[in-house]
Amino acid sequence: MKHLSEYRDLEATRQVIGLIEKSATRPWKIMEICGGQTHSLVRNGILELLPENIQMIHGPGCPVCVTPVELIDRAVALMERGAVLCSFGDMIRVPGSRGSLLEAKSRGGDLRVLYSPLEAVKIARTNPDREVVFFAVGFETTAPANALSVLQARKESLSNYSILVSHVLVPPAMEGILDDPFCAIDAFLGAGHVCAIMGYWQYHPIAERFKVPIVVTGFEPLDLVQGIYRAVLQLEKGEHRVENQYARAVTEAGNQAAQQVIADVFEVADRNWRGIGKIPASGYALSNRYRAFDAEHKFDLAGEPGTPETGCMAGAILKGQQKPRECPHFATTCNPRNPLGAPMVSSEGACAAYYHFAHNP
Amino acid sequence: MQKPAFPETIQLGHGSGGIMTRELLDQIVFSTFSNPFLDRKHDGSVLPTDGPVAISTDSFVVSPIFFQGGDIGDLAVNGTVNDVAMCGARPEYLSLSFILEEGLPTADFIRIAQSVRNAAEAAGVLIVTGDTKVVERGKGDKIFINTTGIGRVHPRADIALSNVRAGDRLLLSGPLAAHGMAILSKREGLQFESEISSDTACLNHMVLELLDCFGSQIHLLRDPTRGGLASVCSEIAQDSKLGIELWETALPVDAQVAAACEILGMDPLYVANEGVCCALVAPEIETAALEIMRRHPTGSRAVCVGSVQNAHQGKVIMKSSVGGNRIVTPLLGEQLPRIC
Repeated sequence: MKHLSEYRDLEATRQVIGLIEKSATRPWKIMEICGGQTHSLVRNGILELLPENIQMIHGPGCPVCVTPVELIDRAVALMERGAVLCSFGDMIRVPGSRGSLLEAKSRGGDLRVLYSPLEAVKIARTNPDREVVFFAVGFETTAPANALSVLQARKESLSNYSILVSHVLVPPAMEGILDDPFCAIDAFLGAGHVCAIMGYWQYHPIAERFKVPIVVTGFEPLDLVQGIYRAVLQLEKGEHRVENQYARAVTEAGNQAAQQVIADVFEVADRNWRGIGKIPASGYALSNRYRAFDAEHKFDLAGEPGTPETGCMAGAILKGQQKPRECPHFATTCNPRNPLGAPMVSSEGACAAYYHFAHNP
Repeated sequence: MQKPAFPETIQLGHGSGGIMTRELLDQIVFSTFSNPFLDRKHDGSVLPTDGPVAISTDSFVVSPIFFQGGDIGDLAVNGTVNDVAMCGARPEYLSLSFILEEGLPTADFIRIAQSVRNAAEAAGVLIVTGDTKVVERGKGDKIFINTTGIGRVHPRADIALSNVRAGDRLLLSGPLAAHGMAILSKREGLQFESEISSDTACLNHMVLELLDCFGSQIHLLRDPTRGGLASVCSEIAQDSKLGIELWETALPVDAQVAAACEILGMDPLYVANEGVCCALVAPEIETAALEIMRRHPTGSRAVCVGSVQNAHQGKVIMKSSVGGNRIVTPLLGEQLPRIC
């Protein structure tokens, strides 16, 4: 725990904020990719401590927020067909076109909230007469464990286990944001947990091509202000390198064993991002070798229709072009009780973070 | 003739009202909770009382029924005793109703009944009436308990939301989130160096001494159970139209509990407590009240964690450990663990 208190140290954090103030001579826009970072920035009140010329833009790194409506609908359809649907906790309140997983549960569906996909494999083992589906949501961070669950199910010859894959990848999303002609982002804080798995070697070409500094950053207050400080220093000097603030967890090469498991089980595929649309080669699908464990293949879900959005400007929010407060629905017709879109639902969503921690009704 | 041994599991017949029910009551319930009121074996109890009384009721459905630091039995006593105490009253009598699921091991029922008795003794309350029903397997979850508590209001108590005013100090009797994390880490099968123990305990002795010493200078008492301290503070702020400021650095959370919260993605501010009380008191008695609280085992780590203000009316503001401010909102539904 000492590691935590050190990175939540008031004096140390203030000192770094003082350094940012001294070094920032111009306004800079910095995007934190990861929803966990957004959450921490807001929760710890860091946004209001930063000097006015540093503007943080909240990126698309909330996996729950970018999971497309049609996949939630498919998960609901699986529950209606009698499958045991297993999910991480924050996915269950996100609205699809026919309600959320939690609502499907109250209509009689069997929903289990788990911390690990390996628990879902256990449920499949102990309930051989039931189909058990894990809703495999997430960025590169959750992919290794989700892949391991497939390997474990195959090892145990479980024919009643499958996963509904909604995996997305960070680098293509960054490129998508930077390719946008309206993009106004000067630098990125890289997502620390994603990089702990994947390393940061993939980010050098992005920094080079778009001339943006990328600082791989952790999640505690001191991590965040250090990441911002390093980004500001590069911007002020006109540099654009990849730096690693989160060296206590991240290496250039990342976790090789985890990457091997991912490469074995998944292949890169096009993905729909909620509010953003299709980004080529921006996610994972199960590779052909593991098709038997692919819920979409197994249950012929392709026919379940997707639905149009509700007036939520999730795309502009997730690309950092609009702040939650600039949305006409924010805290009026859209709130955590009645979310029009995913960024208001997940605790990591930018809108929910603003609503919970910084909203003045 | 020797009585047949009590069956190893609870059966539907134990709720039938017939001989099996009688056996259950005689062999387990009455023998465990014997007192002059209950021993009359009437449909209800006639209680002597005078002056205003406080009454509170609560149902207990916790799963797992046994956990580190307690079980559903002592929880059912302490929960209601504390609710009566938070009204500024001395809890004296409890009703006790069991809903048992067919198939509950009798040994579990006896163990729970004994912990009800022990908790009632510790709190100084008598079980004066009760009920036992049995539901079919699958229609319940092992055991549900309802308790209702009655107590005489302390002659000097004046506990009311309308008494809360700017400047009041928010005193917290002990560290946060122990109960909720004890339950959750047991459910998730988490292993720590030492297991997290629920804080379930009765608070009435501490609260009554506070009232003896300070009377109406104790403005409001609440026990932050479901929804945690955040929810209680939000309710107080909204209903009183005053602001509450909490100081993150002052909030006590044990290291193991904080670690479990980190691992499971929970915010201790929203996690349930079962042996913690927060008191809004006049600022002049802050130090003296903390001294009184610290004399009791449940208050040994009492601290001041915030204050009431005229600013930001209706809202709770947290001064974060790194110096920023944030709004603390009430919990919407269940607290959901975060994905990464």
